[in-house]
Amino acid sequence: MRLNRRTLFLTAVLAGAAQFGGLGFAFAQTTLLNVSYDPTRELYKDYNAVFASKWKADTGEDVSIQASHGGSGKQARSVIDGLEADVVTLALESDINAIAEATKKINPDWRTRLPNNSSPYTSTIVFLVRKGNPKAINDWGDLVKDGVEVITPNPKTSGGARWNYLAAWAWANDKFGGDEAKTRDYIAELFKHVPILDTGARGSTVTFAQRQLGDVLLAWENEAYLAADEFGADQFDIVFPPQSILAEPPVAVVDANVDAKGTRKVAEAYLEYLYSEEGQRLAAKHHYRPSKPDLVPAEELKQFTQIKLISIDDPLFGGWAKAQPTHFGDGGTFDQLYKPGK
Amino acid sequence: MALEQSFAQTPLRPLKSAVTESLTTRIVLIAISLLFLALFLVTPLVMVFIQAFAGGWSTYLASLVEPDAMAAIRLTLTVAVISVPLNIVFGLAAAWAIAKFEFKGKAFLITLIDLPFSVSPVIAGLVYVLLFGGGSVLGPWLKSHGIEILFAVPGIVLATIFVTFPFVARELIPLMQDQGSGDEEAALSLGASGWQTFWYVTLPNVKWALLYGVLLCNARAMGEFGAVSVVSGHIRGLTNTMPLHVEILYNEYNAVGAFAVASLLALLALVTLVLKSFLEFRYGDEMAATAKH
Repeated sequence: MRLNRRTLFLTAVLAGAAQFGGLGFAFAQTTLLNVSYDPTRELYKDYNAVFASKWKADTGEDVSIQASHGGSGKQARSVIDGLEADVVTLALESDINAIAEATKKINPDWRTRLPNNSSPYTSTIVFLVRKGNPKAINDWGDLVKDGVEVITPNPKTSGGARWNYLAAWAWANDKFGGDEAKTRDYIAELFKHVPILDTGARGSTVTFAQRQLGDVLLAWENEAYLAADEFGADQFDIVFPPQSILAEPPVAVVDANVDAKGTRKVAEAYLEYLYSEEGQRLAAKHHYRPSKPDLVPAEELKQFTQIKLISIDDPLFGGWAKAQPTHFGDGGTFDQLYKPGK
Repeated sequence: MALEQSFAQTPLRPLKSAVTESLTTRIVLIAISLLFLALFLVTPLVMVFIQAFAGGWSTYLASLVEPDAMAAIRLTLTVAVISVPLNIVFGLAAAWAIAKFEFKGKAFLITLIDLPFSVSPVIAGLVYVLLFGGGSVLGPWLKSHGIEILFAVPGIVLATIFVTFPFVARELIPLMQDQGSGDEEAALSLGASGWQTFWYVTLPNVKWALLYGVLLCNARAMGEFGAVSVVSGHIRGLTNTMPLHVEILYNEYNAVGAFAVASLLALLALVTLVLKSFLEFRYGDEMAATAKH
């Protein structure tokens, strides 16, 4: 092999050919981009296939749905930075609000456009513990016992982690009869028991389940079931604390993007179909609590243990518009109470 | 007295061998380096392959031909195929300018070329977000003209070029400086044109260093994670490169799939290394004559 002019020229030609080979695909059909958060991967993988065939049956059009997953806050950031999402299905109302405020790409009234505050499914925060619950963790108070290590993601980047934080806050508030100083002490103590703050819910699950760190994982209900399914039910127990939080992960069409791409009709249908019987049953199958439980057979609802759920709209929190800056903004309660390495 | 004695007693020293250390020392040193290699290089690599084949051949192949994995492989190759040739051109031009000419600000230019080595890849990615993102001046303007940079292939290519920029230039500059411009001056005085000088004199002189730079550049272009992660948008089957796909699969509890793709990446890197060793073995003499690799 002599590296002469001809070889170089040939390399250039091959390079060019490969480049066209690499780029000359797709774009022949309608595509939707769903920018979602971490634990919904499996749900939307199933739902995308179901919706595509239903759309084909209804309209004769092919639609292919692309998915992007990551920590909810990070995903919102990407959409703000220009990721061309047709729909966003995130963990928190405040993440969609952040997009609406920063880019004006989502109409401010988005939350009223779909039923149940635009949340087709709800969820809650539960405890995933090692099999047999060796450290006897049954309620929020047990998390700060000596020798208990708690795994939760970082509330600054993870939607799930914010729900964890607020659920703990709500419990402490009840426990101490509204004494905020004691509630803050509890939260500060709780985070002293957290050895690692991952950036997303899935990272924390992997830390707990695969890397075997910690005694209890504060997890989305569906994430807890999924971990138990994936790693074997003989490894973990799911503990339902007597009280937790009502998490309403919202969905919205990104108006400016669908209007630019001409995909509004299919994007709206995509979100509306989440509320259909098929969409609701898929949600239940993936351990999300359906917002229209009457559409789902009772058999499939049995898994959802009834516990006391506090809403974000409870006066304690006053909705996301208030809770977000109070607790998770710069200098908010999390910044005040979290002291790494102490 | 004592001094005289010591002088008298000193015999003629025998000629020492080039290696002064005792046999034990040598064995211990070699053992330490082998152990280190085994522990930190070979074992992890072997683990990757063990994990990848944990589900058998058919699962391994299935994880690679799965559409999202294929798209990731295609994208990674596309990115390498675009960014490596561009870096060859940039690297050659920069090395040529620095080695053969004297001009003001040369030291500054060398520092600039090294910049990607010292800047964290995350910053490299964020720079492009600031430059082309929705909040920037350039981003919306480009978009209104139908040009997508961020969260699309061009952004990934840009980020990759940024982090791989120094490889070719850094290989060429010391060699070309060493060689000086005597050969080129001779060629020019014999009537060769600028291009002829480049093709027939400069390029053959540096071809091994160039090839070596290209191999390094290519390995990094295919393996880059940080910068690409920031500008990718992580759209499955569209903007996920192989390293990003590995992370996604791992986070989906699909360890076998993740390590199957990882093993393919490792294989591509190994091919690069083997190619380099083969070239060194086959053309060792010729290389020694023109360079010191």
